[in-house]
Amino acid sequence: MAELKGWRDIPIGGLILEPGCAESYETGSWRTFRPVRDEEKCIHCLRCWIFCPDSSILVEDGKVVGFDYDHCKGCGICAFECPKKCTAITMVLESEVR
Amino acid sequence: MAVKFDRVALTGNEAAAEALRQVDPDVAAVYPITPQTELMHKFAQFVYDGDIQTELVCVESEHSAMSATVGAAAAGARAITATSANGLALMWEIVYIAASLRLPIVMPVVNRALSGPLNIHCDHSDSMGARDAGWIQLFSENAQEVYDNTIQAFRIGEHPDVLLPVMVTLDGFILSHTTEVVDVTEDDAVKRFIGEYKPHYTLLDPEHPITVGPLDLQDYYMEHKRQQAEAIDNSPKVIEQVAKEFAELTGRQYGFFEDYMLDDADYVLICLGSTGGTAKSAVDSLRDDGHKAGLLKLRVFRPFPVELIANTLKDRKAVAVMDKSATFGGLGGPVFNEVRSALYGKSTAPIVNYIYGLGGRGINTTQICSIGMDIIEGRTDTLVRYFGVRE
Repeated sequence: MAELKGWRDIPIGGLILEPGCAESYETGSWRTFRPVRDEEKCIHCLRCWIFCPDSSILVEDGKVVGFDYDHCKGCGICAFECPKKCTAITMVLESEVR
Repeated sequence: MAVKFDRVALTGNEAAAEALRQVDPDVAAVYPITPQTELMHKFAQFVYDGDIQTELVCVESEHSAMSATVGAAAAGARAITATSANGLALMWEIVYIAASLRLPIVMPVVNRALSGPLNIHCDHSDSMGARDAGWIQLFSENAQEVYDNTIQAFRIGEHPDVLLPVMVTLDGFILSHTTEVVDVTEDDAVKRFIGEYKPHYTLLDPEHPITVGPLDLQDYYMEHKRQQAEAIDNSPKVIEQVAKEFAELTGRQYGFFEDYMLDDADYVLICLGSTGGTAKSAVDSLRDDGHKAGLLKLRVFRPFPVELIANTLKDRKAVAVMDKSATFGGLGGPVFNEVRSALYGKSTAPIVNYIYGLGGRGINTTQICSIGMDIIEGRTDTLVRYFGVRE
């Protein structure tokens, strides 16, 4: 994360002057749990991608390829929405993964 | 100073509407409330008659009025609204937002008591209630000052070192509905004085897309508030500069306060708004009786001119601060607190508080004289008094 700036060095009024810069704010550090996907069980229905509030399901050519762990906040919606017959996504404690 | 003017009879509301007509703001989002209603009625008539090009938006509440005004201002428009009392209270959260977004909105506030009980008459509880919101607050003694303050407000708020919204206050009914003589400067001169609006930012520039009003976490909120403090601390020199230019335009001088017989005064009365007129008569009366009394009629309440007040009042024998609003559970009213705070360490003279005129209760020359006589004759043991309340 970038070094914190002083009051003189930031735009006034809380304005954000750079379009699309949310991408550079890495909220992944907020996670307590992270989603882990079992490739064998995944049917690439893309429900997780549809419901993810942080656009953190990575999809290529219509197939799930991974998670954007820089931005995933570990909300668990992907694991919840993954069809019960698949349960391809499990939420694992960050502390156990790191 | 060959600028032409018309000498006309206007109410305070009409005087504000006339100033706003001359400014011809881009957007006005409006909602009625007594005693402001006629201000916007008059302004709406100008729009309807095609005198001005303002986009008038009739919204469903004051919260919406300020919201729409903020939205318009964020889109780069010169935007205004007007309200009173509970209308100001209803828009309270957005009032703070207007200041924090650094939008130079100008809003006449027709001072009226906050409910309850429900009261439509004049006191300063509404404007004082918003004193921490970060707006510049100007108080007007008469219709001329209402007109003059409204015009100056745009220049003050829009200055690049300031970029803050400005509340121009006028006493409900006493000023808003009373006809007085006003010198109205010719339209072109006012237009030139106001100048073209160059917004600091706009949502409507596709070349420079911005986000307005995003979230701040614990790590940046305080820095943004520090910026706001800097902005309002920059405003005194701008207020002075604008007043100087306004004097060149009209011949009328403005400062942070008007001093009436203050130079050699031992005993000083302080008040805001229309009471100033009555207080001047009281000072005349006290002087006729041989007392060295004077009046400090405060015009700029925010930013509070701390040093100026301290330097002006430090060598007096006693000061009586008249507050037309109360702060429950605090030590006296808002003006009293600020004056006393400014004088701390600078003066050991008695400073006392008279809370008066709540809910539009009148105050006359005789009564103000009695306040003067209290401090002249040393009856200053009671720090805070509710003046004129029936026991």
